[in-house]
Parts: sequence; C-alpha cells; structure tokens
Amino acid sequence: MSILINKDTKVICQGFTGKQGTFHSEQALVYGTKLVGGVTPERGGETHLGLPVFNTVQDAVNTTGATASVIYVPPFFAADAILEAVDAGIKLIVCITEGIPTLQMLRVKAAMAGTGALLIGPNCPGIITPDECKIGIMPAKIHQAGCIGIVSRSGTLTYESVFQTTQQGLGQSTCVGIGGDPIHGMNFVDVLSRFQADEQTKGIIMVGEIGGGEEEDAAEYIKDHVTKPVVAYIAGQTAPAGKRMGHAGAIVTGGKGTAAGKIAALKAAGIEVVSSPTEIGVAMKGCL
Amino acid sequence: MNIHEYQAKQLFQQYAIPIPEGHYADTPESAEQVASTLAGAGWVVKAQVHAGGRGKVGGVKLATSLTEVAEFSRELLGKRLVTIQTDSLGLPINSLLIEKIYPIKRELYLSLILDRATERVMFIASAAGGMDIEAVAHDTPEQIIAVPVHPAAGLQSYSCRKVAYTLGLKGAQLKALEKIMFGMYRLFLAKDATQIEINPLIETDSGDLMALDAKINFDDNALALHPDILVMKDPSQEDDKENEAQKFGLNYITLEGNIGCMVNGAGLAMATMDLVKLKGGQPANFLDVGGGTNVEKVCEAFKLILSDGSVKAVLVNIFGGIVQCDVIANGILAAIEQVHVTIPVVVRLEGTNVEQGRALLTNKNPNLYAADDLNHAAEQVVALAKAVA
Repeated sequence: MSILINKDTKVICQGFTGKQGTFHSEQALVYGTKLVGGVTPERGGETHLGLPVFNTVQDAVNTTGATASVIYVPPFFAADAILEAVDAGIKLIVCITEGIPTLQMLRVKAAMAGTGALLIGPNCPGIITPDECKIGIMPAKIHQAGCIGIVSRSGTLTYESVFQTTQQGLGQSTCVGIGGDPIHGMNFVDVLSRFQADEQTKGIIMVGEIGGGEEEDAAEYIKDHVTKPVVAYIAGQTAPAGKRMGHAGAIVTGGKGTAAGKIAALKAAGIEVVSSPTEIGVAMKGCL
Repeated sequence: MNIHEYQAKQLFQQYAIPIPEGHYADTPESAEQVASTLAGAGWVVKAQVHAGGRGKVGGVKLATSLTEVAEFSRELLGKRLVTIQTDSLGLPINSLLIEKIYPIKRELYLSLILDRATERVMFIASAAGGMDIEAVAHDTPEQIIAVPVHPAAGLQSYSCRKVAYTLGLKGAQLKALEKIMFGMYRLFLAKDATQIEINPLIETDSGDLMALDAKINFDDNALALHPDILVMKDPSQEDDKENEAQKFGLNYITLEGNIGCMVNGAGLAMATMDLVKLKGGQPANFLDVGGGTNVEKVCEAFKLILSDGSVKAVLVNIFGGIVQCDVIANGILAAIEQVHVTIPVVVRLEGTNVEQGRALLTNKNPNLYAADDLNHAAEQVVALAKAVA
C-alpha cells in the first residue's frame, strides 16, 4: 500500500504542451506513471508525447477516467487551473506552480471547501510512490520503494530525506511535498493521518521550516493520534526575523513561526527532532 | 514589498480613509513651504524610512515654528535612521512627510491582515493604540479583537459594528469607522496587499477619526499585476546585494557571518546555514540559486557572495536532481575561473552523476575542495574560514 497514489492512478497534466509540462511529463512516462493525457485550451484533438490533448479538464476526465491532475501552468493562470480540475471532479490535484498571488489561493481554498477534492501545493515538488507513480518534478533516481513516509514543506529537503532513507536501506512508501506557500492545500496533519493509516508506512519523516503554525498543529496531532515513530527536522534556525527566506511562507513575523518554537512544540509532543539535516536518515533507522 | 508612509497615505486618500493634512518634502526649503500652507499651531516632521520605531529615535519631530520645520528637516535629511526594526547601519532618510498637528483624544489600533492559519483576510483592532500591537497581544490579549472576512460574502456592516462597539465608537463615529474599514478592505483586495496597518488611528478632540500613521505591505507574487504599486518601490531602503540578486533571479539575504553559502532550493539553503552554525561557523548569507542552475547564475552568485568583504570561505551545496552533477560541476569551475575566486570554496554535490561531478572538481584548483558529504563539507568550510581569519 501507499497513500494517495499508486500504480493504477490515472493522471492528466494541465499545461501539458508547455516547456515544463512537456519535460516533466516525459520523465513521468519514463518512470511508469499512468499519464493518460493532457489539457491545453485550443489544442484539443492534437497528440503530444503520444497522448491525447484536450481543451478542457472535463473532456479529459470523460475520455480517460483520470482521477489525478498535475498543474504546470504559469502563476497567474494557476488558480483557474486548480478550480477547473475541481469542477471536473478530479480527486487529487497537484499544483507545482510557484508564485501564485496569495489572495488568489485564499479564494481557491474557500471555493474548494466541501468539494472533497484534495490539493497538494502549490509551490511544491509533488508526490511520488516509488516504482509506481511519480507526479511532479522530483528526481526519480534517488527513490526506492520502502517503508518511510515523508512529508515536507521544502522540495530540496524532501530530496535530502529521500536520499538518506535510501542510503539507510529503508526506502519510501510515499513522499509528499506540501509546498512553501503561506496558503496551500493539504497540510502536515492531512498527510500524517494517512501515513498513520497506511500499512506499508513504518516510520514518518516530517520536514518543516519557519513561518506559520502548521508544525505546532502537527505536534499536537502526533501526540494524540500517531503511534508510528516520527523524526522531524525544522529548517531556518539561523534565519533572521522579518525576512522572507525564499519560500513565500518562510518568514518569522511578530515573534511567531520561529524554528525554536516549532522544535519546542515537537519535542514536547515526544517527537525526535534532529538538529542537523544530515542526521534525518540515521535517526529514522534508529527509531525502527 | 513595502512602501513609505506618505505613499500609503496617498493610497488611503484614494480609498476615502481620512488622513491628516500634509505633504511630502525632500528639502528643508520644500518642507518649510509645505508647512506654510498647512494652517495650525504646529507641525510634525516625519522621516520616511521602511521601518517602525521612528518616534523613539528622533525620526518624528514636533515643530512649533516654520524655522523649526526647516531646522528639523535639515537635521533628518541625508542621515541614516537606526530603529529597533533596522540593522545597526539603519536606513537612509531621503524624504519627509510634513503634517499638521491635531489634538488627540484617544489612540486606537486597526489593521487588516492576511491570516494564514484561518486562510482569511482579517481585521485586528484594539483600543490600546499607539503601542506595539505584538506586545499588547502577548500581555493583554483580551484587549484585541480579530474579525475575519469570508471571501465570498466580503466585508459586511455587522463586522464593522463589532469592531466599533469594541472600540467604544457609536453613532457618527461608527459610520466613520465603517467607511474606513470598507476603504481598507477595497484597497487590500484591489492591490493584493498582505497587511494594512493604522497605528494609531486617532480620535481627535472634535471626535473625528484619522489615520495618523500608515503601513502597507504588498504580496510580491502579485506585483506584476500592479504597475502603479511597483513604481513606489524605493531601492534605497533595501540591501544593495538583495536588489542586485533579484535582477538575476537569485534569492539572497545578507547575514552577519563570514561563510558564504550557495545552495539550490530555499529549504536546503536554510538548512545549510543552520548546519554551518551547528559546526561552529557563522553564515554570511542565505542564497538560493533555484532549480535550473546554469553557469551565468552561478557566476552572479559568486560575485554577490564575494562582494561581501567579510566572507573568508564559501560553501556550495547542490542537490542535483533534474540538473545533473557533472553539468553543475562544470558550471562551478567556469564560474570560479570567470570571477577569479581566490578564497577557499568547498563544494558538496549529491544526486544524479555525482561521481563524474566530483571527479571534475578534484585537483583543478588549489582553492577548491570537493567534499564527500554534507557533514564534512560544513566542518571543512568552518575550519577553512577560521584558518583564513
């Protein structure tokens, strides 16, 4: 088992014929992802990478039966793309796009309430179940099917965690990059609850960073609901207050969202927090 | 993006939010001229910098004569103002706001923020205005009211009444507050703000409400949609190196240490700084070169890092995913050549084609160290920086 996606997940790509969409769709096909087509308005009826192109997500869903979509459209078109996927009944929407205005995401989230659709991202690397399905921009080669669930706000720190768990021979069940934006789709708790319920997942790595309060919420949740071992790492211990550290959501304001506060909350919940990003894999192995 | 108080007040005027009578000035003569057109018993001369805490360090002065307006303006203009919110160098005062003085009965607090926890735009108000709202929130949270706005419904009058009665405003003052809140809400949405703060919102002796101070932050992701906001950007209020980095699509933030860091990805860049600190060193910067690393970007990144004279050694940490390590290694070599790097550079590469990448970096340059893992790389760069210093 795995969470959210597996070898049978049918995926379409929005922004299919663009540069990013084309490159990462090629990579996904090589990996074995069941990519069944793509959407580019006004290009419906064409064939791209040997797959059908549709004008609308609804056409793509009706024809292919896809339940997941990955979005590679530019930032000012991404809110529209997410809502089109929701409207067409897509169950899992993965938005890679970075730079979506925050107020647009706020409206998207409000419009999604009650629809049952799940959103991963935006501004994220995507989701992968090794050897089964890769939806996103992560490098395929570092992954190995295994027993560790990884959830992270940062793309490159997800890769570090994947690399280290592969080195330790543990491998990964599913890896989810939830994204670096202040308003985004699935949060730590949404993913943790699924890892807890998943039989294949034996241990969980959670990588957080400064800004917001989701790590603190996760700490509370883990204390009450997660019985599997969790190793956490929080980036940004040396980040100055008031400065946005690359990610739109990585900022300490008014003394809130500090790494120290998050680490204290996680430790108080009995979670092992490593102080160095190089110790994630070893610490995870030590917990099993 | 931040703007100056005088610019924020121009926007307030467009959205019918009452402000004191006043005008921008950038010479003592024009300051005096502005003051002479504002009838009243006195004037306030306010230094325009992108930082709060101006009043406590002499950045806001009360003048009782036109001569004093000119005198204070001469004192402030061209100086750097160091406040609790700036670094030790402070920010340059290139402009002033000259305003008429009003008799103040009460100071209130009113702001509109983008709250990530509730995913709502939210009003924050308090009768304890004029103070640091974070301190009020911490010490006396019962003095603060938070009122979220649903994006589909938009701002409704009941929300305004809730705030008004909490602040002790009714009748004509309730109507005045409602007008201010609707103005703030329209401005927030129209320009993609992330925060509009009025601290203090004053009640004058005659009962009028007025924004005595004004602070607006805008969403960087939406600036391309708002050219009228973008032109308000004042590079003099920002770090030169951070401005330079933006031109090349690099994310750079100056810190106070002596170990330069060049990393791909924001999370890994933060983690690398943390690791340097953990190993006993001090990072000189945060620098995310992004995903699609090429020779030009790496060159510009080296130039930026080396333009900081205090940097004694550089740590390059690249997790090559889609971009292969041998391609990155060649980029680093070309950049070191082009930029004439003469201080130690420790490189940690990981990912696809890592062996070829490391081989390319070995024995090429006496200043270049190819580390076998991130831990060793951090230890090595800290040791090298100490040896040079």
